[in-house]
Amino acid sequence: MSKIKEGIFYTDSHEWVEYIDDIAVIGLSDYAQEELGDVVFVNLPEIGDKISAGEAFCDVESVKAVSDIIAPISGEVTEINDELADNPEMLNSDCYSAWICRVGKITGEGKLMDAKVYGKFLVEQE
Amino acid sequence: MGNYIATTASEQEDMLAKIGVSSIDELYGMVPQQLLVDKLALPEGLSEIEVRAAMEDLAAKNTVFNIIFRGAGAYDHYIPAIVKQIAAKEEFVTAYTPYQAEISQGILQAIFEYQTMICELTGMDVANASAYDGASAAAEAATMCRDKKHNRVCIAATCHPDTIETVKTYCFAADCEFLIIDAVDGLTDAAALETIAEDTACLIVQQPNFYGLIEDAAALADKIHQKGGKLVLSCNPIALGLLSSPAEVGADIAVGEGQPLGLPLSFGGPYLGYMACKNSLMRSLPGRIVGETTDADEQRAFVLTLQAREQHIKREKALSSICSNQALCALTAAVYLAVVGSSGLREVAEQSAAKAHYLAARLCAIDGFELVYKGEFFNEFVATTPISAEKLLLELEKAGILGGYPLSNNTILWCATEKNSKADIDHLIALTERAVSQCD
Amino acid sequence: MRLIFEKSRQGISQSILPSLDVPKYKFAPQLQRKTAPRLPQVTENDLSRHYSQLARRSYGVNTGFYPLGSCTMKYNPKIDEEIAALSGFAAIHPLQPPRTVQGCMQALEQTSRLLCEICGMDEMTFQPSAGAHGEFTGMMLIKAYHRSRGDFDRTKIIVPDSAHGTNPASAAMNGFSIVNVPSSADGCVDIEALKSVLGDDVAGLMLTNPNTMGLFDKNILQITQLVHDAGGLNYYDGANLNAIMGVVRPGDMGFDVIHLNLHKTFATPHGGGGPGSGPVGCKKILADFLPSPVLYHTCCALDFAAPPQSIGKVRAFWGNFSVIIKALTYLLTLGGEGIKQAAQIAVLNANYLKSLLADDYDLAVPGICMHEFVLSLERLKKETGISALDIAKGLLDCGVHPPTIYFPLIVHEALMIEPTETESKETLDEAAACFLKLYRLAYDDAQILHNSPLTTPIHRPDDVSAARNPRLKYQF
Repeated sequence: MSKIKEGIFYTDSHEWVEYIDDIAVIGLSDYAQEELGDVVFVNLPEIGDKISAGEAFCDVESVKAVSDIIAPISGEVTEINDELADNPEMLNSDCYSAWICRVGKITGEGKLMDAKVYGKFLVEQE
Repeated sequence: MGNYIATTASEQEDMLAKIGVSSIDELYGMVPQQLLVDKLALPEGLSEIEVRAAMEDLAAKNTVFNIIFRGAGAYDHYIPAIVKQIAAKEEFVTAYTPYQAEISQGILQAIFEYQTMICELTGMDVANASAYDGASAAAEAATMCRDKKHNRVCIAATCHPDTIETVKTYCFAADCEFLIIDAVDGLTDAAALETIAEDTACLIVQQPNFYGLIEDAAALADKIHQKGGKLVLSCNPIALGLLSSPAEVGADIAVGEGQPLGLPLSFGGPYLGYMACKNSLMRSLPGRIVGETTDADEQRAFVLTLQAREQHIKREKALSSICSNQALCALTAAVYLAVVGSSGLREVAEQSAAKAHYLAARLCAIDGFELVYKGEFFNEFVATTPISAEKLLLELEKAGILGGYPLSNNTILWCATEKNSKADIDHLIALTERAVSQCD
Repeated sequence: MRLIFEKSRQGISQSILPSLDVPKYKFAPQLQRKTAPRLPQVTENDLSRHYSQLARRSYGVNTGFYPLGSCTMKYNPKIDEEIAALSGFAAIHPLQPPRTVQGCMQALEQTSRLLCEICGMDEMTFQPSAGAHGEFTGMMLIKAYHRSRGDFDRTKIIVPDSAHGTNPASAAMNGFSIVNVPSSADGCVDIEALKSVLGDDVAGLMLTNPNTMGLFDKNILQITQLVHDAGGLNYYDGANLNAIMGVVRPGDMGFDVIHLNLHKTFATPHGGGGPGSGPVGCKKILADFLPSPVLYHTCCALDFAAPPQSIGKVRAFWGNFSVIIKALTYLLTLGGEGIKQAAQIAVLNANYLKSLLADDYDLAVPGICMHEFVLSLERLKKETGISALDIAKGLLDCGVHPPTIYFPLIVHEALMIEPTETESKETLDEAAACFLKLYRLAYDDAQILHNSPLTTPIHRPDDVSAARNPRLKYQF
């Protein structure tokens, strides 16, 4: 059973988003990293990239697949987690600490679920 | 007639019975009846003796020149015997792409060694397992440099005409702007780069260029970098035994035609597009790449890697659709480089250059022959001719010599390699003097 | 085993070159490289043994059965190699005067004529150097055709979800956006889904028939007609031509442009990943756009010329010429009857091998197949934990090259098997016995399969660390 962290929000494409003041932190859920398998590369966005909810803004690679990461919210990338460039395995080992980017100037959000709803969603997925 | 079918008629009957059909025609039941062709207008099959005779007849209609002073993108270098022997090994020849690493360590290691040698020659960090040829490698390199903000590809007018044409075609496909940078005195005009806009993806330069001249690649690298673009340098790999490497002059991507490294002329192919780049561009490099890893027992092992770049995973998002490349040609080039070694490669380069300079000196001592460009050249040069190029080349042809490549009726692009002996050159000069005097 | 660089010894050199018989030419120091490339220094004997060792650690069609689906790994005749090596072909400079290369040109023309007849096409170019290069070129013909008619709005290419990855990639290289159409339950194109995406923004359709499920699409005439009616053109991916050559022609099915893989269908060797050759054939409507140059007849000879609205060149010179010579030798050997028989026996062999496996393994789709078939190991994996990869690795210990795995993408745990016509019944029987043995092993002792292969020089290399920490050249 995939781990779900309380107090943050999830998308139906398995990204998580955590609001800290007026900044949103984005990452991949435990379910997502399990589905991906061993992540070998994170193609990070660039600072200043404008992202829109529901659209792909970067991707992650496993050995045999490339998967888009879908923006949970709309806004502008203010910070990226450079550490992932050298240690993509962090997405597998500790997905809720391994954030991908921080987004500011938030102008909107997509359809998000809280931990409880996401938990139910995962059960339905099975 | 041969068809290489390995089952007998009675076995075929047994097989049909096992399948549960009564005839082979029944296996094509899904095909709409009106599409089935009765008999195609194809010749009857031939025995091996007949087919050999037919193909030898065709081969005999070509003129084989034993002495060649023509380059222009395809070079008559000596191919050591062992290169041909190794490249003919059936395990290499008849294998597919090494998808199954456990039974493909030989081919994977050979490609890994090739990649290493290409990195050594070019000074770059990463090389792929090859592209189709030098021209398409240049086009693929341009694709590596393009992004949303950089959608203009510049190419020096001094590149091989086929390279220019190929890059132009790839740009047409990609709806990307294509610009030819003019030359002055046979060399790329660095000043012409001043006027290009900042959203340029790259500049492609050939070294030595189509006219044999050595470009000031370092200056061109500076200029294009100032414009935010990248330098793609297409080098003759033999010249790299002696002349500055692409990395030394500041190129971002090194490509080139690998044919001089042990591949026969073969009327233009198969040849070898080599490609190498800086680490920062690694994930944009197209094609197969072999990497080193370890196996379950911690032994060194080689695998196809970084596959997430490729079409079979990325599909329409892949930068290139390349799948099959020129693996056996890459292996051949690696064997060639291992035979000659570093000093041998330098010697091939030095001898080719020395012969070309000797040829140029002797030729230009004849009235009416003059170097068209004053720049430093490697093993090719353009010279005028006082008699029509066609006539001169025909005279040489009668003596079994393929002369230089005519660029116009009074200019010829000459080439020499280590294979051209002093006696060959002196013979060429004598024939040329005679042809000129006959025309006086 | 050691790398060639690890066998290198300072001071070894080989005697290839005579001493220089003209004055040495000295380049200015600033033109010369600062550091010499670290190429190996080995004796000829070292080199010969090194590559013999590497050859032993490789696997070709000549080593054993190679049923790699979609790749048509048939026997590569030796006469083809000898003919291509004749000096009358191998020693010809690509820029010799046309008068001196009439044999080369006639060979190209003859091969073009034979292949056009087999495909039902009118014209052909040999420039594309591999299948994907052919797709790229063929897609560009479609683009140029629409543009020449002032039709700039046809920006979409329809590709079935079962297609090779090269198809969408080649179309995208031409600036097209890709519209995927699903396959219906029988593995063929879903006609209703196709109709729903057709419109005046569609440039064309890319299809392989038989498709990657190994099925001949019975609705092919309807499919190509629908695309034509919408103003699009039909592209045929020739990867699977081996099933139908001499029996049905893509041109007659309604295709306008096609690429062939000479290194699959026409028996030229694949060289461990090339060189291949991917000639593109087309109907008359596209001929004016073909890459430059094409052959034409003068009064008494052949010459090259650019077609009037040529897309340009897709590589230097005329193509992978010696590969074309091998294919011509093959075509002349087989002749019309042999070509048809090759296809028929390829289909027979595939159906026979399938019938030997079908009682145990699950077929992705039931019924008669063409030259290849797809198994799905989804149930096996659920029941035993043994995946397509595990079966593939198990086959390595049987001395059989594994089939294509995890393709087509629409089949879970896919094994795609293509035996080709050049394998004997005995080989097929033995291979089937291996497949069935592994199937039983999955239930009886799965751990053995998880640990396989055991007999190969290396075992299950770590792909993850290779991709995470790329080491792409030797560290001196």
